[in-house]
Amino acid sequence: MTTVLLDADTTSSVEAGAETGTKNGRRTAKQWRLVWWKFRQHKLAMVGLVLMFGIYLVALFAEFLAPFGTSTFNSEYTYAPPQRIHVDWGEGLYVHGYTSTIDEETFEPTFEVDESQRIEIGLFVKGEEYELFGLIPWDRHLIGPEDPGQPMYLLGADRNGHDLLSRLIHGTRISMTIGLVGVAMALVLGIILGGVSGYFGGRTDTVIQRIVEFFMSIPGIPLWMGLSAALPHEWGPMQRYFAITVILAVIGWTDMARVVRGRFLSLRNEEFVTSARLDGSGRPRVIYRHMLPSFTSHLIASVTLSIPAMILAETSLSFLGLGLQDPVVSWGVLLQDAQNVRVLSTAPWLMLPGVAVIVAVLALNFVGDGLRDAADPYKR
Amino acid sequence: MPREDPLLEISDLRTHFFTREGTVRAVDGVSLTVPRGKTVCVVGESGCGKSVTARSVLGLVDEPGRIVSGEIWWRRRGQEPVNLAQLGPRSEEMRRVRGGEISMVFQEPMASLSPMYTIGDQLVEAIRMHLPLTQEQARERATDLLRRAGIPRAEERLDAYSFQLSGGMCQRVMIAIALAADPALLIADEPTTALDVTTQARIIDLLRDLQAETGMSVLFITHDLGVVAEIADEVVVMYLGTVVERGGVDEIFHDPKHPYTNALLGSIPRMGAGAGRRLATIRGNVPHPSDRPAGCPFHPRCDAAIGGVCDVSDPPHIVFGEARSVRCVLHDDVHRSSAAEVRA
Amino acid sequence: MLTYIGRRCLYMVPTLFAISVVAFAIIQLPPGDFLTSWVTRMESEGEKVDPAMLEGLRERYALGDPFYVQYGKWISGILFHGDFGESFEFGRSVTSLVLDRLPWSIGLTVFALIFTWVVAFPIGLYSAVRQYSIGDYLATTIGFLGLAIPNFMLALAMMYIAYRVFGLSTSGISPLTIGIAIVVLGTAGTAGTIRILRANLLDELKKPYVVAARARGVSERALVVKYPVRMALNPFVSTIGWVLPGLVGGEVIVAQVLNLPTTGPLLFSALRTQDMYLAGSIILIISVLTVIGTLLSDILLAWLDPRVRLGYR
Ligand SMILES: Nc1ncnc2c1ncn2[C@@H]1O[C@H](COP(=O)(O)OP(=O)(O)O)[C@@H](O)[C@H]1O
Ligand SMILES: [Mg+2]
Repeated sequence: MTTVLLDADTTSSVEAGAETGTKNGRRTAKQWRLVWWKFRQHKLAMVGLVLMFGIYLVALFAEFLAPFGTSTFNSEYTYAPPQRIHVDWGEGLYVHGYTSTIDEETFEPTFEVDESQRIEIGLFVKGEEYELFGLIPWDRHLIGPEDPGQPMYLLGADRNGHDLLSRLIHGTRISMTIGLVGVAMALVLGIILGGVSGYFGGRTDTVIQRIVEFFMSIPGIPLWMGLSAALPHEWGPMQRYFAITVILAVIGWTDMARVVRGRFLSLRNEEFVTSARLDGSGRPRVIYRHMLPSFTSHLIASVTLSIPAMILAETSLSFLGLGLQDPVVSWGVLLQDAQNVRVLSTAPWLMLPGVAVIVAVLALNFVGDGLRDAADPYKR
Repeated sequence: MPREDPLLEISDLRTHFFTREGTVRAVDGVSLTVPRGKTVCVVGESGCGKSVTARSVLGLVDEPGRIVSGEIWWRRRGQEPVNLAQLGPRSEEMRRVRGGEISMVFQEPMASLSPMYTIGDQLVEAIRMHLPLTQEQARERATDLLRRAGIPRAEERLDAYSFQLSGGMCQRVMIAIALAADPALLIADEPTTALDVTTQARIIDLLRDLQAETGMSVLFITHDLGVVAEIADEVVVMYLGTVVERGGVDEIFHDPKHPYTNALLGSIPRMGAGAGRRLATIRGNVPHPSDRPAGCPFHPRCDAAIGGVCDVSDPPHIVFGEARSVRCVLHDDVHRSSAAEVRA
Repeated sequence: MLTYIGRRCLYMVPTLFAISVVAFAIIQLPPGDFLTSWVTRMESEGEKVDPAMLEGLRERYALGDPFYVQYGKWISGILFHGDFGESFEFGRSVTSLVLDRLPWSIGLTVFALIFTWVVAFPIGLYSAVRQYSIGDYLATTIGFLGLAIPNFMLALAMMYIAYRVFGLSTSGISPLTIGIAIVVLGTAGTAGTIRILRANLLDELKKPYVVAARARGVSERALVVKYPVRMALNPFVSTIGWVLPGLVGGEVIVAQVLNLPTTGPLLFSALRTQDMYLAGSIILIISVLTVIGTLLSDILLAWLDPRVRLGYR
């Protein structure tokens, strides 16, 4: 039997291929627009994006937004409950003061909000001096008591009489950046190792894959605990901060490496790369013009998804007292105060930093998820 | 002899996909018939809606797709005809038809078998689904079916997995599964496309033998005109979701009426006489069904297209005989004269 | 199959070796040798240390020798005599300390894993079969929340509720505490598992073999259960591979919060007091157990998947 194929079929597919080739230039530029367009359709991702911007703005303007500094405290007001802001249309904002009663058995003070006292508070008030962005000296705070000596605890106070709101705002900076710095380091490690693995293949690939598997198969938290407990006690806060980010990165790079490697492998075989090569584009051109753009969107997605993991890790470590430590304030450090139920039942507001963690992690996860879906505008 | 009622009669079937990007009219007014005991071949380029037509028959259209209108009459001997287009895809009756009365063989034999179960498991499942047999009886029948499908050492093969067999063997297994309950119609959707040439020929031979043996009808979908010449009794030529020409196999090959059929035949490489001559190809691309041209869907690629007619009005359906028809204005006397007037 | 298991076990050897080196490095990391710091602490508390005993300990841990000699002594003690060293803090052998607590850890982990599966399986199945239904969105939302809430926060919140609302105390061994621990640990992996199961099922539901089975008249319900679910079971089993390390790590923190007698709080206190032999050994043991758990899941996977079982992949 002679098998004769309907040739129109092959003809049209070749023509279609040629068309893809000519479209390639436009495709690179259009890629980002498509990703953005697709991303915008993802409602949750947009909500996440707005939240994420908000949180990073808070981190950026922490000194201005927080009524007090991290180390300001008033030991008269340990575990003072949150106050409500009242609006008096004539005189502006105020909160009520406290009256304290000393427990006869434990000698611990308990606070009641005293409706008869009025503490005037205001916007853009003068308060402690600070340097905005570490450069511009200033003393204005978005909100604060008109008389700096008066107690204002909008989210309550901790064991030492620190203002939780202020510390929460300052903690945002550390918590949100430790993820970024850790991810940046993980990214470099991941791109190098994943790229090498995916590019060379063969034995190199096998070895690197084994290393990745090794890191993924050991339980991270005990290892972090071990490593961070081994940090010398005399190290200062900055050294500790840096060491913790390194520890986080050492664990976190594996995901990144897998993504990079996987993309490298699959892109090598993808249609438009092949057609670009058939078009006569040189190898570096193939990589930079065609592979990288479709690659970065995936990378950004997985970066966005790794930051929350790092935030959670830092929070857990600090919560246990093995991560960052007090003068440095992160959400995890704040949660150290919430270790046991007895404390929580007198001061449930100490769990609020946990809420901040959840919101931040959710926001970043939504954004990452939206990006991941949008990174493949041609799929589905 | 007057033609008996056909076994399967599809009339004016429309199956559309309602995607987010818009409606894809994958099948848009297909009519065809499959007489008893005959082989009907459906030919056309990729994407013209052959598979969707076949899947519509068994209610297997994928998610955003739906049969929008049309009828699919299924006439079993001695029973009331049923309109399969009206049956719910999940209904009990449709499930009885699937595999029991109409079987289907697909393009990718390997992927059509689950790698988690043995050949025997899947074959026995199909048998017991439709026939009241015990496990042992079903197993015996399974062995017999495999043997009939030309699989050596059938007994052993029952316990094999799909990934242990070659593509050709897998397709034989799929054919055996299709024959599990002695169906009246076998729909084969490009069953040989994924196979190498010698295997293709063997599978075609097998299907022809099995048809002769059982007397079932076959609806054979392909884009390989060589296969059509080999096995077809009747041919249906599709273009962009519509049937452009129908006829007996000889009529189609020796007296093609539609310019598209003509072009298809012209693109076959011929041995001998014409060899060495450049292949005639159809100019332009197949448009995507979502942006179908107005008027005759083929007019932008048609050498004989008449401006002001073909790109404006739908082509008429010209019937030459019971199983012979064409959708082209060139064969319509009324239109042709009016077209001549336009030109003049 | 046997060759597969053999090969897989062989692959494990370098991993185990690397883990032991890391664990030993952690033991060694704190500056100065631990004996000196222990002696200083003892003396500052006014206790006398017998110099002969000190010398004996020095000999035993090969202090002063190069790293690899110390490592060699340590690892051969573990391999040949099951001797993990002494806990200075507790004055007992690390082996006996860990053995007291290990069953709790393993039990908790296993139950949490079972919880994860029991919850994730039906939800994942439902989400895939009824894609984009309200239930699907709900499951996705809960999944996201599960990912975002740190384990210890969930534990704290549940303890708080138990204490405030029901007046129950949650500390130490009680059915309530253990229940909370299992739920908290289980939910952590549930979200990811649901996602994986859903994605895999959605993939499988479109596969040609599903269409082929439908085309031979298999009913929709039987179809889903028999084909895609069976197929999706494989990646599901392999989730052990990534759920387990997270679970073991989470267990350390959750047990600390709930004050359960597992290895977690022991590790924690060992790290605080720089009782490094104890800490290093615990890290070693739970890491090795995790790797073994992953190995078991791989073997189970191979056994479930004929392609692997028969050596086709
Ligand atoms: N699930 C689907 N969603 C959207 N469009 C589809 C889907 N399945 C098929 N189509 C469209 O239907 C048209 C016909 O497809 P098909 O019947 O598979 O062609 P073929 O003739 O090659 O078998 C294709 O152009 C395709 O775009
Ligand atoms: Mg097809």
